Amino acid sequence: MSRSSPVPAGNKYDCIVIGGGHNGLVCATYLARGGRSVLVLEAAGQVGGAAITREFSPGYRVSACAHLLHLMPQSLVQELSLATHGLSLASDRMPTTALSMDSSPLPIDSADVTALAARSASDAAAFPLYSARLRRLAEALQPVLESGPPRLGTDSWGDRAALLRMGWRIRRLGRRDMRELLRIGGMCVQDLLDEHFATPLLKGALGFDAVVGSNFAPRSPGSVFTLLYRLAASGAAGGSLAMPTGGLGALAQSLARAAVEAGVVIRTEAPVERILVQEDRAAGVVLRSGESFSARAVISNADPKTTFLSLLGSEHLDTGFVRRIKHLRARGLTAKMHLALDRLPSFNGLDGAALRGRLLVSPSLEYIERAFNHAKYGEFSLAPILEVTVPTVADPGLAPAGRHVLSVIVQYVPYQLATGDWEQQKERLAEIVVDILDNHAPGLRNSLTATELLTPADIEREFRISGGHWHHAELALDQFLMVRPVPGAAQYGTPLPGLFLCGAGTHPGGGVMGVAGHNAARQVLKSPAHARGEAA
Amino acid sequence: MGVVKNGNGGRHDAIVIGAGHNGLVAACYLARAGLDVLVLERNSYIGGAAVSRQLYESFTYSNCSYVCSLLRTEIIRGLELPRFGLQVIPYEGGCTMMRNGEHLALYDNHDALRREIARHSKRDAEAYERYLRDMLRHCRFIKPLLLREPPDPTSFKPRDIMELLYLGRHFQRLGEERMYDTLRFWTMSCADFLDEYFESDIVKAHLAGSSIIGTALGPRSAGTAYVLLHHYMGSIDGAVGAWGFARGGMGSITKALAASLEASGGTVRSAAPVEQILVRNGRAYGVALESGEEIHAPVVVSNMDVRRTFLESMDAKDLPVEFVEQVRNFKIRGSSGKLNIALDGLPRFPAIPAGSPSTRGDMHVTDTIEMMERAYDDWKEGRWSRAPYIDMLIPSQIDPTMAPDGKHYMSVFVQYCPYKLADGEWNAERRQAFGKTVIDTIAAHSPNFKDLILHAEIRTPWDIENEVGLTEGNIFQGELTFDQLLFNRPIPGYAQYRAPVRGMYMCGSSTHPGGGVMGAPGANAAGAILRDLRKAAQ
Repeated sequence: MSRSSPVPAGNKYDCIVIGGGHNGLVCATYLARGGRSVLVLEAAGQVGGAAITREFSPGYRVSACAHLLHLMPQSLVQELSLATHGLSLASDRMPTTALSMDSSPLPIDSADVTALAARSASDAAAFPLYSARLRRLAEALQPVLESGPPRLGTDSWGDRAALLRMGWRIRRLGRRDMRELLRIGGMCVQDLLDEHFATPLLKGALGFDAVVGSNFAPRSPGSVFTLLYRLAASGAAGGSLAMPTGGLGALAQSLARAAVEAGVVIRTEAPVERILVQEDRAAGVVLRSGESFSARAVISNADPKTTFLSLLGSEHLDTGFVRRIKHLRARGLTAKMHLALDRLPSFNGLDGAALRGRLLVSPSLEYIERAFNHAKYGEFSLAPILEVTVPTVADPGLAPAGRHVLSVIVQYVPYQLATGDWEQQKERLAEIVVDILDNHAPGLRNSLTATELLTPADIEREFRISGGHWHHAELALDQFLMVRPVPGAAQYGTPLPGLFLCGAGTHPGGGVMGVAGHNAARQVLKSPAHARGEAA
Repeated sequence: MGVVKNGNGGRHDAIVIGAGHNGLVAACYLARAGLDVLVLERNSYIGGAAVSRQLYESFTYSNCSYVCSLLRTEIIRGLELPRFGLQVIPYEGGCTMMRNGEHLALYDNHDALRREIARHSKRDAEAYERYLRDMLRHCRFIKPLLLREPPDPTSFKPRDIMELLYLGRHFQRLGEERMYDTLRFWTMSCADFLDEYFESDIVKAHLAGSSIIGTALGPRSAGTAYVLLHHYMGSIDGAVGAWGFARGGMGSITKALAASLEASGGTVRSAAPVEQILVRNGRAYGVALESGEEIHAPVVVSNMDVRRTFLESMDAKDLPVEFVEQVRNFKIRGSSGKLNIALDGLPRFPAIPAGSPSTRGDMHVTDTIEMMERAYDDWKEGRWSRAPYIDMLIPSQIDPTMAPDGKHYMSVFVQYCPYKLADGEWNAERRQAFGKTVIDTIAAHSPNFKDLILHAEIRTPWDIENEVGLTEGNIFQGELTFDQLLFNRPIPGYAQYRAPVRGMYMCGSSTHPGGGVMGAPGANAAGAILRDLRKAAQ
């Protein structure tokens, strides 16, 4: 390889992980625990990737992308003993409240439907049953999420057994639930909710969880699948919305400590330029600084497009595979907005307890669908759906005394605008969001001291996620399980021996879950070429 | 066959409700097996949505369905339809016209077609080969499944397990790479699917049309790639995907079926609307007509969609509560309109070179997939599309029997048109306004079109429901979405043509494999009935 540069003696490792996102750190830790020497190379000044806490205005800190912890399996949290590495929760079991301009806010809680009963007795009766059933169906899918996807059509008994296990889990649901799962699995969430409920505010809130972070709207077939996916993951995580003290960055820090304790070497401000290929296998990496490292296994926490098209280069892959990667749908429709307030906002009809939780501006399924229409044509929603949290209520340390931070997920916001560019349009979108918030929390506008809006394009730039999609690649039935991110790279390995993926672009996808990193590590340790001893 | 014929009028071996193509196909197979079959039709004419009607002077309108392609070859041969007068003439071409005067012509000559696509994009001309190869593969995969009874994946019955194993092996035979492609294809949106092949807007728009016809989804909705396939599954004399005219209009298909039925001893009674399906202790034993007349038979088969069958023609107390609930939840959505137009002459389409065969097939009027998606957005809001997708053809160019000399009949299919309008019920005035939208859209491509119009029949989903009896005027008797396909169609656990009531069966497009003038549901239902009768006879 002419392009490869000589590797200094000290720069040899068994495994190199490109990117210190939560999945990269989880992967590195398990590799180190498996006895490998592991180097994590992070381009940014701090580890965490999109799970970081950062100062967006002097004295005001916030979880920069993801702002809730509800998908990471408890098993993982315990195995990595994150608690002993400094992870503590500022708030747990956070309630969800649906805001409305024309009625009082509605707490969304299938365990306590008194408020709902006042609006619709039939909905109040249906809600607990609906939730219980979806939870049952989601549970049946949990093992599918946690295990690596099997390949199809191979002679390997492992693959066959895995498929049978999945089938059996679903079969064990019993006839009625199994039929329901097979029916609603590919359905659109609007149809599902219309079958059960009448209250628009309730349907809007339940629909929100099906479409958040996706390119779906309530009428999009497959949106029930994304809902079940979320339920399955949060089920494994204990089924509660939580917020780490110090924001999601604190989670990343605890993951980093766990990694270091396991023997992982972490280097920040070490952006990788390209992946070294020798004798048709990944042999190491070269940093932008020119420094190079060699390893028997290179594991990329970067998204698939970045990994294969930028870091590796299509010349090392066959055209069919490259075409698949190019067609991978990986453009985000979700933006993040941060607001610095000089006082605690007061939302119409909302008590302090609700303010600790998450607030949804998603008043009806029609509202969501209309918000989505714009995005289909490269415009941002004029009436977007919002998920609002006020982290400083439970975690005052994030802002100066008495001051507060609002962390808002804004959907739908296209990566690229059909007309005009983001630099001119951003202000307007920010205004729209502030208007909506000010309607629900009168006076909020006057308490504003600073705002920050991250469009998918900003997220791409800042967190190096091509397309700025929080799942790295759209989470849909045609990009899931054994076809995620694309056939040929769905089992964490890639067509190039020695190169692996461990990011959200692989099964089971994104959200601060860490399962992809865990599964990838298992795959690397299994692959014969990386058996111990062979290294170095 | 262990079943005895008993010719007396009041009693038959089997009654089929509805003389649509599926009802007649089912009846034909039952009659050929030796049963005494009576088909009851509400209207004064037979055919359901496959009809030829004279509604204006001596013009013949195929005023519902307008293309013959999906009708299974096995059925055409098995029921000897050519012998009973069915003649299918393949399209000679087709085209898509854009508002900017651009057009894409389709020729059945492969090289000509390649050159035409290359005119818009050389890259797409190459990609089209790959596209065709893949589509054919997807067709080959699904075709064997059309004439099979879907298995119940929750059942341990040997037949279901065997059928599941068959499906598994059938899938396995694709090989790993293609298994993945198939998985993705079935769950993809048409827009994403086409983006993986083509770059030219007009090429994508032309192909995307089939993915929304009759469907309450936009081309960007997941699952529409399958709908695209559903319209490709047809063939004419082995030419996969070919579309064609039935000589004499679509009614000649059902006429031939009726003739075939009578030749094997069955009878059809039109103007005999069924009021109620008669059930005694969990068993269907006949029907009561609106006239009060009762006709009895141990086997009752409904060609009506499931909502009509179970909610309107049966007593809820005869059915499981949960089943009735699921029938209520079965999605049947009106999304298509139809215009049937008598023309004083052949309209000119300046975009199309004179003498091109591309006007002698289906002509699409649309610009881009985005335009179709926006048309769908209108439907979501309870409006007809202000810039609708139009699939029109002039059969009289090929089949002179459909219009007087020098005059022409034009069939215009319109997507989208809602069953219920946001601003009130359908009425004459709104129907006219809808018609005007469509006619103006076509006139934008044909300067002399408006002047040639002698008569226009405007049909909204509401009209189709009221005349033909299809709920919401849905041409598939139920949306073709994942939750309503294969073993989910029409209702999970009842996908094998048997109703929850003994002796009663479903044979309409509400059942697997769904709509289009295909006949497969009718044939499969007959198969299920005959199997049950054989079992009972043993």
